[in-house]
Amino acid sequence: MINHAWLIPVFPALAFPIIIFLTRRVRPLSALVGIAAIGASFVMAVGVLREVLLNGVTMAHPVEYASTWLGIPGLLKIEAGVLIDPLAAVMLLVVTLVALLVEIYSVGYMHGDPGFSTFFGYLSLFSASMLGLVLANNYFMIFFFWELVGLCSYLLIGFYYHKQSAARAGLKAFVTNRVADFGFMLGFFFLFAIFGTFNFRELAAAIPSYQNTGFLALAAALVFIGPIGKSAQFPLHVWLPDAMEGPTPVSALIHAATMVAAGVYLLARAFVLFASLPGIMLLVAYVGGFTALFAATIAITQRDIKRILAYSTISQLGYMVMAMGIGSMTAGMFHLMTHAFFKALLFLGAGSVIHALEEQDIFRMGGLYKDMKVTVSTFVIAALALAGVPPLAGFWSKDEILAGAFDHGFTGLYIIGTLVAFLTAFYMFRLIFVAFFGDRRAGLHAHESPLTMTVPLVILAVLSVVSGFVGAPFVSHGFSSFVYYGEPHHIEPNYGVMLLSTIVALAGIGLAWLLYGRPSDVPARLAERYRSIYKLLVNKYYIDEVYLWLFHRVGLGLAEAFNWHDRHVVDGVFDGVGDVTRLSGHKLRLLQTGNLQTYALVIFTAVVIIALWMAAPVLGGVIQ
Amino acid sequence: MITLNHYLAVGGLLFCIGLFGALAKRNAIAVLMGIELMLNAVNINLVAFNHFLAPDQVTGQIFAIFVIVVAAAEVAVGLALVLNIYRRRLDSNIDDLDWLKW
Repeated sequence: MINHAWLIPVFPALAFPIIIFLTRRVRPLSALVGIAAIGASFVMAVGVLREVLLNGVTMAHPVEYASTWLGIPGLLKIEAGVLIDPLAAVMLLVVTLVALLVEIYSVGYMHGDPGFSTFFGYLSLFSASMLGLVLANNYFMIFFFWELVGLCSYLLIGFYYHKQSAARAGLKAFVTNRVADFGFMLGFFFLFAIFGTFNFRELAAAIPSYQNTGFLALAAALVFIGPIGKSAQFPLHVWLPDAMEGPTPVSALIHAATMVAAGVYLLARAFVLFASLPGIMLLVAYVGGFTALFAATIAITQRDIKRILAYSTISQLGYMVMAMGIGSMTAGMFHLMTHAFFKALLFLGAGSVIHALEEQDIFRMGGLYKDMKVTVSTFVIAALALAGVPPLAGFWSKDEILAGAFDHGFTGLYIIGTLVAFLTAFYMFRLIFVAFFGDRRAGLHAHESPLTMTVPLVILAVLSVVSGFVGAPFVSHGFSSFVYYGEPHHIEPNYGVMLLSTIVALAGIGLAWLLYGRPSDVPARLAERYRSIYKLLVNKYYIDEVYLWLFHRVGLGLAEAFNWHDRHVVDGVFDGVGDVTRLSGHKLRLLQTGNLQTYALVIFTAVVIIALWMAAPVLGGVIQ
Repeated sequence: MITLNHYLAVGGLLFCIGLFGALAKRNAIAVLMGIELMLNAVNINLVAFNHFLAPDQVTGQIFAIFVIVVAAAEVAVGLALVLNIYRRRLDSNIDDLDWLKW
């Protein structure tokens, strides 16, 4: 099965043109093609994972095969290849599984939408790009698929392109990502300049013995800009909340499997590069930690159900990046996996609510648990998992990150991480208490969603409960001896950290209950009392406004200056050449009288002068 | 004794008169006549040089005959042009012939 792993992205990649060109008019067939393709990929991914486990494919001994895609002998070699190690195998499984469930869910969610078939086409292309990215064995190929993922996100976020805000959000996502991708591109070009190869394993062999760490650090920092954009780290996180303009299944896919995971995955793939540079690792860790806290504080004040989840994703991605930065690639990938399941579930649950209510403001919902039992109960499970309540998936993965930070001596990051865990529990249960419990708001008629939507919810809920056990500290030969950097290791359970994070999570839930469990005016009074802080948080630290200001003042100002320069200096020079020629011609033509005798006189005079000139030496001799 | 210099002086004088006629006369016929004078001034020079510098050869004389032939042809063409212009404009004043102007 491993030898045919290259087929995994090919199935959905083929589904895309088939849907767009052939089955677009027949909606059920389009959905079928899309689901069948990703289903085939899923089966293959399961097979690959099974073989990886059985055949002893490890991080140190991966399976790699490649053919040259573009080559100039002795100068450049770009491969199209497949690199399968446990890291890739796990990602393949997560991506195909989430994508499959999202596509099944979309059948119900997008029912009746005029763009139904196109939507499935884009979803297929999106999954194919991400799967190609996961399988890539070199930087160039990963960058290729990285860009494709960016393109698909643009297409899908702006799916309701007739809505101005959606079109803008798509553009924003694309442009923000382009900025980051440029850094990434420069980074791996630097690597190529140093080592002369794009291949991950060749680079992994060459990097540790490379001496000039200054140049390498520059390359690593540039490569890191890529994940900052793709995985929505501060300061390039601005696109992710706006990406909520896309249909909700897309949000689930972007947030769980196919988009933001790419950045973290790249960090894991390029881990050898970062691991050799402690300074850059520190930068990665603190960017992650800061983003986690930053986004969590914004999430506690938002009112839109999808926006709360979006900021939650940014915050959790911060966790993952932080885990990479403190040197625990295992913890980062573990959290990526569990997060993929419960975050997909949260978004699909939110989609189910939105589908039923046509409403996204949580303060206009309420009492939904009576009407939407499956949605609400699965949503609560996912929220518990996200909040890190044992023994659900999020608890184990988050705990591993916190334990890692604690063990490696990053006390500051550990405190931040614990604080974020508290905030996470708080904002998730604020959402739940406000939207799902309490009294029904007037004028809302909720109803449970169809089976195609609830079945994926249930499957994801099961995964949100059990997926954490593969990496739990008491499981021997668990996740940490499967996906790792360096040597396989076993995480010792750190009961102190576990206990504290459990207490913190329960405290967050408790606080949410106190403030939002019953109708009360406490939250409003708190907001009134700390008005400036509240406004700062509601307005997301004014980051968007700052960017807008930067763009308007600095960007447009520069453009204005260049415009002036172009119009007056560049155009001036060239227009000047033309004007001088025309004007001089205008004046000089007056010399032409048209009178033959004048011409003859001039010619004769010239002949005389020339004759005298030529004869001058001879005449001189005569005179002397 | 008439020397080469006398002949050259007559040729030069004739050439200057012809040049003046060609450049200054307003009547097209007079201009043609001026040109004719210039050509004949050249003929005098050619024949004189031949006679004094290489008496055993006749190169200058033959050259002069060629010039006379060419001059005859030129006058034929020139007169035809002048006639045509006169027919169209009832005038052969060369100052009005400024069609070469822009």
